[in-house]
Amino acid sequence: MTCEGYFGEFGGQYIPEVLMPAIDELKEAYSELKDDEEFQNELSYYLKNYAGRETPLYYAENLTKKLGGAKIYLKREDLLHGGAHKTNNTIGQALLAKRMGKTRIIAETGAGQHGVGTSMAGALFGLETEIFMGRLDTERQQPNVFRMKLLGAKVTPVDTGSKVLKDAVNEAMRNWTATFENTHYLIGTVMGPHPFPTIVRDFQSVIGKEVKKQIMEQEGRLPDHLVACIGGGSNALGLFHAFIQDKDVRMVGIEAAGKGLNTSLHGASISKGKKGVLHGMLSYFLQDEDGQIEEAYSISAGLDYPGIGPEHAYLHDSGRAEYASATDDQALNAFMELTRSEGIIPALESSHAVAYAIENAGNMDKDEIMVINLSGRGDKDLNTVIDIMQKRGM
Amino acid sequence: MNKPVLVSFLVSGDPNPDATLKFMKALDKYSGVIELGIPFSDPVADGPTIQAADVRALSNGFKIAKSFEVLKEFRKESDTPVILMTYYNPVFKRGIETFVMQAKEAGANGLIIVDLPLQEATEYREICKKHEMGTVFLAAPNTPEERLKISDEASTEFLYLISTFGITGARESFEQMTFDFIKRARTTCKGKICVGFGISKGSHAESLIEQGADGVIVGSAFVDIIKNYGDSEEALVKLEELAKELSEGIEKGYEKRNK
Repeated sequence: MTCEGYFGEFGGQYIPEVLMPAIDELKEAYSELKDDEEFQNELSYYLKNYAGRETPLYYAENLTKKLGGAKIYLKREDLLHGGAHKTNNTIGQALLAKRMGKTRIIAETGAGQHGVGTSMAGALFGLETEIFMGRLDTERQQPNVFRMKLLGAKVTPVDTGSKVLKDAVNEAMRNWTATFENTHYLIGTVMGPHPFPTIVRDFQSVIGKEVKKQIMEQEGRLPDHLVACIGGGSNALGLFHAFIQDKDVRMVGIEAAGKGLNTSLHGASISKGKKGVLHGMLSYFLQDEDGQIEEAYSISAGLDYPGIGPEHAYLHDSGRAEYASATDDQALNAFMELTRSEGIIPALESSHAVAYAIENAGNMDKDEIMVINLSGRGDKDLNTVIDIMQKRGM
Repeated sequence: MNKPVLVSFLVSGDPNPDATLKFMKALDKYSGVIELGIPFSDPVADGPTIQAADVRALSNGFKIAKSFEVLKEFRKESDTPVILMTYYNPVFKRGIETFVMQAKEAGANGLIIVDLPLQEATEYREICKKHEMGTVFLAAPNTPEERLKISDEASTEFLYLISTFGITGARESFEQMTFDFIKRARTTCKGKICVGFGISKGSHAESLIEQGADGVIVGSAFVDIIKNYGDSEEALVKLEELAKELSEGIEKGYEKRNK
């Protein structure tokens, strides 16, 4: 028996036996379809005409001037249909599910963006859709819950565990073990058992491919820094992947430091986690000395997953990518700053990446180029931000 | 185990370690094997019943070392084989070899790690072999023939047949699929085969043993009793009653099979 799907020592297929045939079926289907011209053409068609690719690479001149250093570009995934990068992956996997003859898709969601993306793809391709979402997340992300329902999906609140994203993943996996014959589990980020981390990365890598082309057109050279927020890590890997061989391009992933890395309230699984195995993969996880998984925390529901996709763990250990973090407060400041200086309201997730630029761009040379992946728009987070601003008397 | 047996599952520390020891002793009389679960924060292969038991144990401050202590105490009185069941992360975090040695020292006869499939288990199997620790792998009705053979060879105690698709939890009845699977495994496998997931009644045990299983694994039905009666005398009585019913079912199934 050979092991498959490893990035260095990370990844693998740590799953209950009953899922093995489903995983094998997926692996075979994907290895056929990824080089299938007709499938790729169909995917491109929907990405262009339905989702609105390519998304702009926008030079944020006001922010750049204010920070007084590196030139800042924003990859505008917030303008993608659905309001976040998630659509790239949901369209890809829904097409894959359809080709595999599945009639139903299920997904987990935290902030709700992946749930909305999956529900859209379900509506588009006529697939029955069920979304698992931690009870707490359904409460703090009401607008997205409503969107999913409008799109025809069944939203199932999860009351087990800490009632957040990891519990939604557990519940989706459980459901899949009983339903895989007609159901595809549409995982939302670069995590899970092989081949999921590869499939999601491939569908998201369109982001980096476009950036490469766009920055050559606008600046005539590759960027110096790529910056993206990290929950499970799909928007970051989507941006990074096309540049992995370009050794002069720095890649920086920003984790959620929540209330601070010295507290227990954060979602920084690379900075503060340990190697472990959960949800089908060997990677970094927040856990105690007994190997019990700990709860992650972030102001942003999309970043409070206690683990990280295995390819990120590998990029970290091999030194190819760097990982930093931003606190809730830094993210909120960045949220306000981008909104005021550019008239763009970013998702709280993406605000973590913008926070890195605010901290660091001023110390960089003016001819350096930084590309920030603006992974999603902030409309869904307005309630959270308004609450905090009111509490602070702003 | 030459005659078919009852494999009784409990979550250690549910609702507290002292109770677990009492429950093990109560079940011992009717059980050929005791399967002792080590609670995990994210038990994705288990249903709500066992997950709730894990939560009860963990929220009472349960630590893995306690599972070993409970087993050590049990060993003072009984030689009944005990298999420890857990997920891979607690084993990985401790270090596979440390975990295996501690389990061995406590008196465990074997291990089940539900999210460690064969292709990821090479090092684990070598370490278990080195320390003479038994291994139990799982097979599902959709496990292909070749994989079923390898799983059987890799399982030193018995092969754990999952009765159906899905997660653990008591069910009303069994489908033809389960019976077909037992027959298929009976022909393919050289070692013992025990069936688990969804078994809660004597009549279930009877029909599964009649089809050729060497044992039935019962978990959620016992855990349900503990949920309802907690750490009480009544719980002990109910556990023993159910174990008796199941072992009588096994006996009947065995007689029918040999007719």
